[in-house]
Amino acid sequence: MTPAARRWVFLAGAVGLAAFYLFGLSGLPGFGHYPGPYGFIISRVAVPQTNATGVVSAVNFEYRGFDTVGEEFILFAAAAGMAVVLRQLRGEHEGPPVDEAADRDLPPGSEAVRMVALLFTGPIVLIGWWLASHAQANPSGGFQGGVVIATGFVLLYLSGEFRVFKRLSPADVTDAVEAVGAGGFVGTGLVAVALHLPYLQNFLPRGTVPGAVSSSGTIALISFFVGLEVTAAFIIVAGELLRQTLLVRGGER
Amino acid sequence: MTALASAFAPSAGLADALQVTLLLLVAAGATAVVLVRARVRQVLVLSVYGLLLALLFLAFQAPDVTLSELTVGSVLLPAVILLTLAKVRKREE
Amino acid sequence: MQIFPFIIVVWIVAIGLYGIVTSRHLVHQIICLIVVQSSTYVLLLGVGYLNGGTAPYFFDIPLHTRVVDPVVQALALTDVVVEAAVTALLLSFAIQAHKRFGTLDPQELASLRG
Repeated sequence: MTPAARRWVFLAGAVGLAAFYLFGLSGLPGFGHYPGPYGFIISRVAVPQTNATGVVSAVNFEYRGFDTVGEEFILFAAAAGMAVVLRQLRGEHEGPPVDEAADRDLPPGSEAVRMVALLFTGPIVLIGWWLASHAQANPSGGFQGGVVIATGFVLLYLSGEFRVFKRLSPADVTDAVEAVGAGGFVGTGLVAVALHLPYLQNFLPRGTVPGAVSSSGTIALISFFVGLEVTAAFIIVAGELLRQTLLVRGGER
Repeated sequence: MTALASAFAPSAGLADALQVTLLLLVAAGATAVVLVRARVRQVLVLSVYGLLLALLFLAFQAPDVTLSELTVGSVLLPAVILLTLAKVRKREE
Repeated sequence: MQIFPFIIVVWIVAIGLYGIVTSRHLVHQIICLIVVQSSTYVLLLGVGYLNGGTAPYFFDIPLHTRVVDPVVQALALTDVVVEAAVTALLLSFAIQAHKRFGTLDPQELASLRG
């Protein structure tokens, strides 16, 4: 099918799809007129029941904790899948990390980018760690904290220190951290089962001050494990792709 | 960050205007991402699109989603795509 | 304003699909897939928005303030992070396709036989 014909067929299909989609969406109660009832109920009972003032994290890790286990394992499977798909094929060997085309005319690397990236790596990792461990209070939680810490690691690579990035994230340590994160989440749920409660029930004592770190039971613990897992998954993803740029086919250069 | 989010809705009219503007910018950003065909430029437009989306989520009173989208859409995804492009470009040369 | 965000959602889906259908490079297709996914985030948050509601965090506001729906925010939040990892997996497929077949044109790849 020629590209022009493809375009016309798509246009016909897209008009139909858009009309149908809009017809469906117009049956909703309209933007801003959320009818409830789940949102209203949750925002009313979340703080008294869980002592966590961050209702979104309470929903993520307690009321819909089973969903979050599933999503976290999608992340786990994606990182593992990447490691499998990008495995070293027969006939490839890993070349040393030297610049092969060192004689190509690069635009001069920006010293400002290097300095800003290096300066911000530390604070970013610290902020991500704080986000991952304080899920129950402010807009924070395992997922956001994890990606922010992973961004700190990517900044290391962006500032030109590829070798430091490789040294700070050795494959077995990252794999172990990811396993601890994923297993910790499931393990917390299984501890609840061992205490004759339903799986992933919040079993730690709830403190008295809403919003303190120790007051929301398992929410803070689970969020910490999720933060570990998300960080490790994204470092594995970035590391696999970086390793790909070093792989050389046998006989080619 | 809650104070920042509530600062985005001081009065109904202003909140509405802000949301409408950001929605239009997001639509324009999506169009730009699709229609730009040069590889590296498209990745940069994607990064700006991630920032616009994050602002839209903030105007929708969702600071958590803003945090995730900001880092993922503006840094992690473009970095991963650029690494892929570097890998396939290297073989094409 | 009642239906305007949903019109934008439909527009983003349509333009993303247009990019996927008329693409000549696998990485461009994957980026258009990211755009289509972003429309679902806007839809989720648009469904849960309440006029005059604020963010659902009761750390510094009294307990019975009007807040927007927290459940859709929880869904969108995990959505964003997980789709990024799945996109990375798709990119690794693209790399392997390039290694095996030497081309990244989806229309040429469709006619190959493994």
